[in-house]
Amino acid sequence: MAAPKKTVAKESGHETAGSPPEFSREQELKALRDMLLIRRFEEKAGQLYGMGAIGGFCHLYIGQEAVVVGMQMALKPGDEVITGYRDHGHMLACDMEAKGVMAELTGRRGGYSRGKGGSMHMFSKEKHFYGGHGIVGAQVSLGTGLAFANRYRGNDNVSVTYFGDGAANQGQVYESFNMAELWKLPVIYVIENNRYAMGTAVSRASAQQDFSKRGVSFNIPGRQVDGMDVRAVKAAADEATAWCRGGNGPIILEMQTYRYRGHSMSDPAKYRTREEVEKVRHDQDPIEQVRNRLLGAGVSEQDLKAIDAEVREIVNEAADFAQHDPEPDPSELYTDIYR
Amino acid sequence: MPIQVLMPALSPTMEKGNLAKWLKKEGETIKSGDVIAEIETDKATMEVEATDEGTLGKILIPEGTADVAVNTPIATILADGESAADLAKAPAAPAPQPKAAETAPAEAKAEAPQPAAKAPAAPVSEALPDPEIPAGTEMVTQTIREALRDAMAEEMRRDGDVFVMGEEVAEYQGAYKVTQGLLQEFGARRVIDTPITEHGFAGVGVGAAMAGLKPIVEFMTWNFAMQAIDQIINSAAKTLYMSGGQMGCSIVFRGPNGAAARVAAQHSQDYAAWYSQIPGLKVIAPYSAADYKGLLKAAIRDPNPVVFLENEMLYGHTGEVPKLPDFVVPIGKARIARAGKDVTLVSWAMGMSYALKAADELAKEGIEAEVIDLRTIRPMDTETIINSVKKTGRAVTVEEGWQQSGVGSEVAARIMEHAFDYLDAPVARVSGKDVPMPYAANLEKLALPSVAEVVAAAKAVSYR
Repeated sequence: MAAPKKTVAKESGHETAGSPPEFSREQELKALRDMLLIRRFEEKAGQLYGMGAIGGFCHLYIGQEAVVVGMQMALKPGDEVITGYRDHGHMLACDMEAKGVMAELTGRRGGYSRGKGGSMHMFSKEKHFYGGHGIVGAQVSLGTGLAFANRYRGNDNVSVTYFGDGAANQGQVYESFNMAELWKLPVIYVIENNRYAMGTAVSRASAQQDFSKRGVSFNIPGRQVDGMDVRAVKAAADEATAWCRGGNGPIILEMQTYRYRGHSMSDPAKYRTREEVEKVRHDQDPIEQVRNRLLGAGVSEQDLKAIDAEVREIVNEAADFAQHDPEPDPSELYTDIYR
Repeated sequence: MPIQVLMPALSPTMEKGNLAKWLKKEGETIKSGDVIAEIETDKATMEVEATDEGTLGKILIPEGTADVAVNTPIATILADGESAADLAKAPAAPAPQPKAAETAPAEAKAEAPQPAAKAPAAPVSEALPDPEIPAGTEMVTQTIREALRDAMAEEMRRDGDVFVMGEEVAEYQGAYKVTQGLLQEFGARRVIDTPITEHGFAGVGVGAAMAGLKPIVEFMTWNFAMQAIDQIINSAAKTLYMSGGQMGCSIVFRGPNGAAARVAAQHSQDYAAWYSQIPGLKVIAPYSAADYKGLLKAAIRDPNPVVFLENEMLYGHTGEVPKLPDFVVPIGKARIARAGKDVTLVSWAMGMSYALKAADELAKEGIEAEVIDLRTIRPMDTETIINSVKKTGRAVTVEEGWQQSGVGSEVAARIMEHAFDYLDAPVARVSGKDVPMPYAANLEKLALPSVAEVVAAAKAVSYR
């Protein structure tokens, strides 16, 4: 099979002519709803953090919603998802319950890890979500291992392994690339390039800033994708999953995206201007793009408000649960160390 | 009802801050995500974003106010259709939330732990006794290398999810020939040569284990596993806990550990103490051929991550291994390698060779040493050690590793905690010297423990 065609919106940082394939109305509505859920959830998490209900680190996904939502629309049950510490959006996209995620953020017994993992460490075997990992880049080797297991078992599942532009500079990423191509493992490496590794701009940390080329020395094909356009993400994901399921080995998708909030909640964000953030928000917001297309296609403002209301209710319920669910029982201190 | 905007915390430790600037005026429309104000502390300036939509009804704290406590209402937002007249309906300021560990929401107070809740007692691990070896069982004399190979082969025949990966494990037949013949029997799907990429393949192994496979990851030596130690500790050992019991990891990391011969400091190091500190890992370091086989089989079946420390110098040693269809030695149980009444020698792995020879020497002088082979370093069989010390009243630990924070130090501490009143002398530690391993033959010999040092220590604690 030949390398997948380039139909993605951006290539080597230059805009290409033509839009990605249109979504049906159902797809647009689903994408809007799923992205809104992540955004409202993250806004609420930020608020709860500000109130002291969430401790430690809290890395918000606001601005990057189109990446996980578009990817998820191309997956089938059984495909594995694994990511780093900015993971709330991935979990919601995997259909994990908002209540369980929020209760983990507040360290309560109803959280996905029963309060023992926190923001960066949540898992759901049932939803094939493998974490939630706090060591930058570690999930890349682990995700490659998930793909190894798929190949060992001879199933046609694909491992979707997410990491950021910062993690892309870790050594084990390239060790994993080498093995994945050598053994033709079905793994999609999704590099979420949000332009900043914590406070370090890509240009200050990366000799090769075109992340789709990071697999070149291993013969892994790569694509740059407009990660702010959920349709472009979905189209790229469709090609990538077909590539992996066809037995062709790994593929890299560089998602060009942007994080509106700081690296974590306690980030004063001195490394970029407010104008830069506002411009992306104004011109490229992934949710506004879908909303505008829907309005243009004749969907009423009222219908969109109803979606927003439904999502807000889920988020408010989750926040309420997360603040009232008890902390873990002290006996949990010594459980789950061995099985 | 109007929504209150509260003074946010920039970090969990922040208690108050200054309201530097309002960026929206009363009456202005606000959307989710709009920056409405700037707050500052001595460390940073932060923007306050609205999380609700509506109109900025009233600013409660004017800009320039210093030392505003976290969670103080700073403004109210009016929802669609509300007017200034509704402001009176805004709820009273909520009580500030107590800090994390003490948080007990009103409704849940009865169930929530008290702030000063005492940690529950740690569970005590209990291991099963060694399997009975029926009378008349044939004993096979084989090398430790062969015992390890047989253990892996038997487990691979038994369970299709078990596979071996590592450098030179397949076509080369193992850098130390431990995996000899496995490729021929099980094929390249289950006996996998990796590139020289310890960090990466350890992570791949852990990922495969999270997906339910049971990898045996061979490190050519444990020295090289330092490249992979993050995956062993942070990913393999901690994930079961961090996932609330959902995502476990059945995996064995194995390979030669400790001092080899004349390979200098980077290739001669004992990692028993390092890994034994990690909750979530099991750490095994056997000495006898039978234990190598039976414990490796147990390690492969164990649903937890296991660090299996072998010794290159012992690979060629032979020992008697019972010829049984399924000989499995339980993890976590020490073995009394030699019974005695005068002094307890506690050791494991290569240290046992010094301890056993020293016991022979001591016997010539009328001192009957009891020699305990720990076999498993974590969970440690404290009971067997304590029972012996209660009998002898004296103990010496013997290890090739360094003394500071070593396994011998842990053994000594447990004896002090559990058998202090039985001790007739302080516990003595014989260990590797506090130096990187030298290359020169004479210095290398000096850096390692010796039989003479063990004998001297045993006599010293016996006041002889």
